[in-house]
Amino acid sequence: MTRNDNNWLLRVNNLTKIYGEPNERTLELTGPEFNSNICPETESIVACADISFDLYPGEVLGIVGESGSGKSTVVKMLYFDLEKTAGDAWLSAYESGEVNILEESNQRKRFIRNRLMGMVYQNPRDGLNFGFSSGGNIAEKLIMAGQMHVGNIRERASDLLYKTEVPVQRMDDRPGTFSGGMQQRVQISKAIANNPPLLFLDEVTTGLDVSVQAKVLDLIRELQNDLGIAMIVVSHDLSVIRMLTDRTIVMKNGRIVESGLTDQILQDPQHEYSQLLVSSLL
Amino acid sequence: MIENKKYANKYNFAFIDEATKKEIRRKLLKAVALPGHQVPYSSPEMPISRGWGTGGLHVTLSVIGRDDVFKIIDQGSDASVNACNLREFVNFMTGCKTTFDTAEATLIQTRHRITEEELKENQIIVFQVPLPEPLRMVERYEAKTLQMHAEADYSKMWVSLYESYVRYGAIMQGAGYPVMVNKRYIMSPSPIPRWDTPNLHQAKTLFLFGAGREKRLYAVPPYTDVEPLEFEDVNFEIEDFSEAKCYKTNYKKAFLDELYADDNSRKYVISDSNFLDKISDKDETHQYSNKYIDQLEAYDQK
Repeated sequence: MTRNDNNWLLRVNNLTKIYGEPNERTLELTGPEFNSNICPETESIVACADISFDLYPGEVLGIVGESGSGKSTVVKMLYFDLEKTAGDAWLSAYESGEVNILEESNQRKRFIRNRLMGMVYQNPRDGLNFGFSSGGNIAEKLIMAGQMHVGNIRERASDLLYKTEVPVQRMDDRPGTFSGGMQQRVQISKAIANNPPLLFLDEVTTGLDVSVQAKVLDLIRELQNDLGIAMIVVSHDLSVIRMLTDRTIVMKNGRIVESGLTDQILQDPQHEYSQLLVSSLL
Repeated sequence: MIENKKYANKYNFAFIDEATKKEIRRKLLKAVALPGHQVPYSSPEMPISRGWGTGGLHVTLSVIGRDDVFKIIDQGSDASVNACNLREFVNFMTGCKTTFDTAEATLIQTRHRITEEELKENQIIVFQVPLPEPLRMVERYEAKTLQMHAEADYSKMWVSLYESYVRYGAIMQGAGYPVMVNKRYIMSPSPIPRWDTPNLHQAKTLFLFGAGREKRLYAVPPYTDVEPLEFEDVNFEIEDFSEAKCYKTNYKKAFLDELYADDNSRKYVISDSNFLDKISDKDETHQYSNKYIDQLEAYDQK
């Protein structure tokens, strides 16, 4: 029997991130029941602890919670932007899910990032290099995946920009000259350039005005329908979660307080904090 | 030590002290073992200012022996100010024979050119490098470039070439065109023109590069693969001299310097001065042997 007998795409086990030096009681003394991330004994900060979940191919998982709840930290560790403190993650598309991706070498991590994952950040400056043109940004991903033919790179980049509704004639302009919504769409093009099976979306619509938000969300939903990419959507905005996700994890003070089908959580929240979230939405 | 000379008691052979030579030679061995990899080294300052070939001198003075025949060129010319002064200095400090003749030299120091004449297995060529880091133009932080080299993560470099192609229709890197050495490290071949870049590939000679300001050494050993970075459909090209020829010799197959006359008309001349002499059959292989040491002796006798 292999590790992956349930056909998950991503399995995360006890993912933990702690800043500072914790002691044995740090995890016991923090969390939602204490309403605190800071260990009173050591002053170490528990950004997130004991995060475990499975993600299935083509599924959209939402992570919702207030700011400081550790939701972005989870995604950033999985995308290797942050080093984990403890925990494991396996990706079925990589070595048949037999290898813990968080323990791999930097080169292998970069391979996984480029071929098997995509990331859309809240701030386009984190995901795009503003010194390069938007086409160049997409080319970076394609080149890292071994594409060495400029003609093919440009063809693929213009396809992607067309798909994400960025005017293709602006391919050779720098993203700094674009509007916020367009920058976000270029970032999405870059993230999906190598057809990854997994995409992370970290607060993608925060900071955009409402009509642009709706367009970007539409685009993401369309891409999900067309390409069947599995996604992890991080947001504090329940309407985004409702619109995009199949399943949701509710986080508070670095812990998962509730998880389940999105409809179920929105209709019938069990945990106190989820109830607060849902009631503040309505 | 330099024998019977005025400074015999003051300076070591080849100016640099033996401990520093040992340090630089050890780092050179490491550089040769890892073709294209930049090796940091330490040394005292040289008696010339930075940017005037201190890195090249560090290497030259560490590898030079009493039997070496030394040649130095600056942009192809044996007679430029920089070349003349460094030639005097090396001759002064070692007593080695110096020459203009590329074929005769066993150790050649150069700035911005490789000699037109093909180099042989018994020769070493030393480059003065102003900017050793090829990734500096895409990444300003040293820690980042070190990591990029360590992990062979060169995507930013490739994107900058892509950007150059998109903006100008060609890859606009004129001199110091980045090369991939031994399929592992991207290296800046000091600012040699693109014309010289193919001469690094599978050459018979040992190429040593010294950057004095950054204190970095790197090397291309003989018979090593050196490939200019190129895309499948956008290729590396050497300078186009199809319309030009040397006005002195009518020769076309060499790197040409462009000269402007007062009336804005252009003419071209072969950049490698020794090669130009050989082509024009002048037989001007100036033997510089110990000229300055003779002067010194005359001074001592006074």
